Amino acid sequence: MSDQFYYGIEVLLNGLMAGVLYALVALGFVLIYKASGIFNYAQGVMALFAALTLVGIMEGQIPFSHLINAIFGTDLHHFGWEVPALLAILLTVGVMVLFAIAVQRFIFRHLVGQEPIILFMATIGLAYFLEGVGDLMWGSDIKTLDVGIPQGGSFWIEDMTAGLGSENFFGFFIDKLDIVATIVAIVLVAALVAFSQFTKQGRALRAVADDHQAALSVGISLNFIWILVWSIAGFVALVAGIMWGAKSGVQFSLSLIALKALPVLMLGGFTSIPGAIVGGLIIGVGEKLFEFLIGAPYLGGATENWFAYVLALIFLVFRPQGLFGERIIERV
Amino acid sequence: MKDSVEPYVTADGRTIGDRMMEMRNITLRFGGVVAIKDISFDIREGEIRAIIGPNGAGKSSMLNVISGFYHPQEGEVWFRGEKRPAMKPYQVAQQGVARTFQNIALFNGMSVLDNVMTGRLRQMKTGLWSQMIWKGPAEREEVENREAVEKIIDFLEIQAIRKTPVGRLPYGLKKRVELARALAAEPDLLLLDEPMAGMNVEEKEDMSRFILDVNDEFGTTIALIEHDMGVVMDLSDRVVVMDYGRKIGDGTPDEVRNNPDVIDAYLGVDHD
Repeated sequence: MSDQFYYGIEVLLNGLMAGVLYALVALGFVLIYKASGIFNYAQGVMALFAALTLVGIMEGQIPFSHLINAIFGTDLHHFGWEVPALLAILLTVGVMVLFAIAVQRFIFRHLVGQEPIILFMATIGLAYFLEGVGDLMWGSDIKTLDVGIPQGGSFWIEDMTAGLGSENFFGFFIDKLDIVATIVAIVLVAALVAFSQFTKQGRALRAVADDHQAALSVGISLNFIWILVWSIAGFVALVAGIMWGAKSGVQFSLSLIALKALPVLMLGGFTSIPGAIVGGLIIGVGEKLFEFLIGAPYLGGATENWFAYVLALIFLVFRPQGLFGERIIERV
Repeated sequence: MKDSVEPYVTADGRTIGDRMMEMRNITLRFGGVVAIKDISFDIREGEIRAIIGPNGAGKSSMLNVISGFYHPQEGEVWFRGEKRPAMKPYQVAQQGVARTFQNIALFNGMSVLDNVMTGRLRQMKTGLWSQMIWKGPAEREEVENREAVEKIIDFLEIQAIRKTPVGRLPYGLKKRVELARALAAEPDLLLLDEPMAGMNVEEKEDMSRFILDVNDEFGTTIALIEHDMGVVMDLSDRVVVMDYGRKIGDGTPDEVRNNPDVIDAYLGVDHD
């Protein structure tokens, strides 16, 4: 086997890992879309906001300190304590649940029965509002997030695989963070599936996703289910925010990963959880392999920025409902 | 301020009790269209009460008022001797009023068993935390409710399709699954919106039998809507007849059948 082949495998593995992160973001979209028919443009910003909040709590930052300082002329920045990562994560989950309740109470409860485009516009507004709040609350500087996840290339894997093709092959370079992210994503998805299949609330959630009227008629409160689903989406956003934040720092460009989730959704279908996973993996592997095989040698590189969208467009032509989406059947 | 009525025993030995649900001067408008105009009637405990009328008479609107999907502009709904405040449909359901829909509202992606299990949500009391832990109370509750659901599945003779996704079933069976889901809630009042619409004669007979059995075995009070007069007359204890949003008749099947207004509405005016 040639070195080129093993480099290809390394690219493929790295693509899978990147795909897991895309899938995590896409998962948040799917959850909300399934249960309420809302395409939540704010999912990416929710990941950013969750990560900002987590860093803020861990470092003992005073929320809205800039605002407080500007009004009262004080010079407050930190409480002066540090919160351990696990406790901070739990507190952040609490914040995301409060956020879910607020979103439901102040926005979507008033928009029940509106056109999907109106709901979509509301989420765009929500996205920019939340970005502003995040800025005001925690400041706009780039922060490092360290919750104790191992980082850097795994020497063990590198040593084990060195010299596979020839003397010149130095082994696979795989980031430990990516491995952790993959394991976390698998656990998260398994937990979500178990929750929706076996618990009472999960059954209610599936019922609401299927038919609102029928769900009401068996005594399910749509309001409760929507808060639940936004909370879960907030939790998924937090997980995605931690992974991305640990990888590349918590910065406002994090909210743009939402745009990477779009081709994933087109590929996997907006209503399918397995679709989000498989779609994410295909996009991740696809863009890395394309860059490696065609992009870098023949097109001058940097194809990763657009390849995902081209792939999604090609898919749209042949399978508009996505890989796992519900079939679109026109009844005459 | 409840005026009760004396219970009586029917010819086939069922006891019809006090008023369970009472509609008082209900008027429902959609913009300028009056769907229901000043209608009053009651549903008594243990009876099978039918609401009939031609298409567009306002029957379904009336059922939607009872189940909380519509809120009338005028009039009061009394349930178990108390005036009912404006309620959301899920709250009405939690009070023990279950319903089916004219156009079948099932969860198509879920199995028959899961569909019927959703009907048990009212009975399942454990919270989010114990459900997430699952072992212990949540699991016990699931098993208990599963048993209750299996009985209903048995009763309606749909064991063979327990695991089938509902979307794949033929129309007649879907109607039966919807009835099963409503029954699973062990409702005090069961509302059926055209339970026999679109069925062939055999399916209609099956459904009639099930409705009678439900009333007989579980003592469930049933209010049903139909526009097919024949079926209803054999089935029900008392009948309300609606036409153009008004009530034109109310009484036993025999009284209604001989009511000139009802005959007009169904057969066209023919006075000579």
